Amino acid sequence: MNTLIFRTVAPFLTALMLLFSIFILLRGHNEPGGGFIGGLIAVSALAIYGIAYGVAAVRRAIRFHPLSIAGFGLMLSTLSGLLSVFAGVPFMTGLWIAPRLFGVEVPLSTVMSFDIGVYLVVVGAITSIALALEEKESD
Amino acid sequence: MIAQLTLVCLFLPFVAALAAPVLTRHLGHRAAWLLCLAPALSFLFFTGFLPEVSAGEVVTGGYAWAPSFNLSFSWFLDGLSLTFALLITGIGTLIVLYAGGYMKGHPQQGRFFSFILLFMGAMLGLVVSDSFLMLFVYWELTSITSFLLIGFDHQRAAARRAALQALVITGGGGLLLLAGLIFLWNVSGVTQLSLLVHFGEGVRESPFYLATLLLILGGCFTKSAQFPFHAWLPNAMEAPTPVSAYLHSATMVKAGVYLLMRLNPVLGGTAAWEILLPFAGGITLIAGTFLGLRQSDLKLMLAYTTMASLGLLVMLTGFDTPHAVTAAVLYLVAHSLFKGALFMVAGIIDHEAGTRDVTRLGGLAKAMPVTFAAALLAALSMGGLPLFFGFLAKEEIYYALAGGNPRALLFCGVAILGNALMFALAFAVGLKPFVGRPVETPKPAHERPLLLWLGPVALAALGLLAGLFSPVAHRFISSPMASAVQGEPVTVTISTVPHLGVPLLLSLLTVALGLLVYGQIDRLRGLMQQVVEAIGPGPDRGFDAALAGLVRLSVRITRLIQPGRLDLYMTATFLILAATLLAPPFVYGEWPAMPRMPSGVPIHEWAFFAIALLGLVAVLRAQNRLTAIVSLGIQGFAVAVIFLLFGAPDLSFTQFMVETLSVVILALAITRLSLTPSDRRPLGQMLMDGTIAVACGLGFTLLLLKTTEGVFDARLTEFFNAYSKVIAHGANVVNVIIVDFRGTDTLGEIAVVMVTGLAILALIRIRAGGPQRPADNDPYAAEPQAGERP
Repeated sequence: MNTLIFRTVAPFLTALMLLFSIFILLRGHNEPGGGFIGGLIAVSALAIYGIAYGVAAVRRAIRFHPLSIAGFGLMLSTLSGLLSVFAGVPFMTGLWIAPRLFGVEVPLSTVMSFDIGVYLVVVGAITSIALALEEKESD
Repeated sequence: MIAQLTLVCLFLPFVAALAAPVLTRHLGHRAAWLLCLAPALSFLFFTGFLPEVSAGEVVTGGYAWAPSFNLSFSWFLDGLSLTFALLITGIGTLIVLYAGGYMKGHPQQGRFFSFILLFMGAMLGLVVSDSFLMLFVYWELTSITSFLLIGFDHQRAAARRAALQALVITGGGGLLLLAGLIFLWNVSGVTQLSLLVHFGEGVRESPFYLATLLLILGGCFTKSAQFPFHAWLPNAMEAPTPVSAYLHSATMVKAGVYLLMRLNPVLGGTAAWEILLPFAGGITLIAGTFLGLRQSDLKLMLAYTTMASLGLLVMLTGFDTPHAVTAAVLYLVAHSLFKGALFMVAGIIDHEAGTRDVTRLGGLAKAMPVTFAAALLAALSMGGLPLFFGFLAKEEIYYALAGGNPRALLFCGVAILGNALMFALAFAVGLKPFVGRPVETPKPAHERPLLLWLGPVALAALGLLAGLFSPVAHRFISSPMASAVQGEPVTVTISTVPHLGVPLLLSLLTVALGLLVYGQIDRLRGLMQQVVEAIGPGPDRGFDAALAGLVRLSVRITRLIQPGRLDLYMTATFLILAATLLAPPFVYGEWPAMPRMPSGVPIHEWAFFAIALLGLVAVLRAQNRLTAIVSLGIQGFAVAVIFLLFGAPDLSFTQFMVETLSVVILALAITRLSLTPSDRRPLGQMLMDGTIAVACGLGFTLLLLKTTEGVFDARLTEFFNAYSKVIAHGANVVNVIIVDFRGTDTLGEIAVVMVTGLAILALIRIRAGGPQRPADNDPYAAEPQAGERP
């Protein structure tokens, strides 16, 4: 799309939205949000970037093939579920640790890494579809 | 401790299969010496059970798998499974070594080792399985590994066809077996073979007995290549010779016989059993030997005698008398030894002389003395001459069949004819290429290194030793195995010292007849060729015809339900949706009551309601497609706001994002379809589409109204509200449900999202025609070094 205003704003908008998507992802456990919604926001961010600068620019910006991102997410979620087996509790039981980093107690859990996996699957799969559809349009 | 070690032994071949490619890359064919340790160690471990099992005990063990379904990973070792385990691991050790020599220098030798060890693990699991499910899984695993091994030389069309044929026939039989096992489970109520024995009476008297029997026989007969399912076995000779020696003579094809023997105490002894098995086996025996006569290829001659031998085993198992069972047991062991050896000999001849056509071979004895010795010993055992283990088997066969009643006499005649022809074929393979005038062969033959001849020599010598020291063999192998098959203790006593009697006379008759055929084998070959041509196409061609018919049928059905027109798909989808929604209230007369007009709705809610309606009107009035899609978004956003107003922020967020992305993706998809920018339908079409749309909308409205009429069951809500923070440490109940309480569902859903992504990408690329140009961040495109690729 060739409007100057859009092309100027798009990178900032994309960056802000990606940041916001991660915020939504991480706060999801206690406030409205979560991996699924966060992932959808991130896809919209990438879609905006793609509309402004083209598919090639998006592919360069995300470095990996979108389906690899989705595959990694699926693996992360599966492993998060499997981890509980080593603790002797049933599959998919949430495990929590709360290490102190820089004097602040940070609660970490397999539930969180599971949600990050969901986020990555949504980002990867839908971006892959959107980019593939957009790519042919230019040919 | 024993249980853990057994488990290790059962998985050792799989571990070795994983290690094989790496080891072969570094050590070349010498990796065989390391890899053969896996079966060799298992073999030694299993020999440790011999004293216990020969004393009549049964070794069991296992682990719970899914206790809620009464499933376990459990094994049991009695005389039958122990003998099979020893054959599989013992011959397996020799085969791995032989493959080391036979496939030396082959670029894919590591993969070959890997496949053959995988098969070994599957076969070992099959014979020691106690639970039905484990048996079935291993059974299918042997079919799959057999497919991989037959198709090993996958660049040849004949090998691919043979592999596919074997997979279709034995895999299809596996499905019959699964159905049969489910019947057995339902009739008896147990899922373990070891417990099934106690329910034999009930199974045989159940009304489902015949169905169960036929299904199980379907599995066994396809696996053990009984007529008319035999076509895959001769074709499987496309595989490298170590595979033919191991899978298609010594072990896998005996899986069907194994299961028949295993179920003999449960299913055997009925009229159906005693008719079906001997007749199927007898026909296979005769068909196999006669078809074998026609062949001049060493491997094909052996393949048809294998088919005949399997027929003989099935026939004997069906007789269900102690002597017949003993004869089957002795013949099974003898056959594994001599047929494995002869196949390996055929491989050596092929490897060294460059041909395995018996008419182009002769006088090899001088060049290959060790191979000749092994071949002769194996042929003598196969011919059933005294001192050899094969002799014991044949004597016992005649003991069992020379009983006197007409039925036994008929099968006695069949056995004599079959044995005589097999005698002739044994010497045609084991003697003919080595004697007579030396013939010019494509390659000058000479003796090969230890790796190649160790296997055949060991197996052939074992056939002689087992015959000479028959009391030991009977005590540890034959008697326990026969007892397991018979279901009650049996003591095998037959010895190699010939003693006068009807069986010996019949043996002499067999040998005389066999010598006669051997003398005339070249003439008979031509004669049989003409006979087979006169009969016309056999089951092998039938298989091709059936497969082609299946493909035509699928094409026709696909064309019918997938005409490739989007408007038809959409119409069908929404028609069915409308019918599903409207039919139940119509049929059961359960329409919702007319809702009363809500009062006290604040003005801003009305506003969003109006915006949603406005979006709808905009869609209908839009002049071109793009405007319509964007207008659809208006309606979606309005609905999202309504969700927010009614206290569902998560749902609302998701609705916003989904709505945005649907507009983007729909717009992209629309631009890719070569459609006119605006949508002009004829009036009739508009009316029909409109009716369907209204019906769907009406259906959903009625469904929602009806649903909200009922009393809301708040138990789940209360549970989640009460425990979300306490158990799962999360305040957002919706998110806690998604990632924790019902996390496994989510895992399934994201897997679906992933697969959908893959599928859509593939579809888009197919439509684009040809491969996509590589993406800018394709790591292979960025680094053109070919060595980087796996």
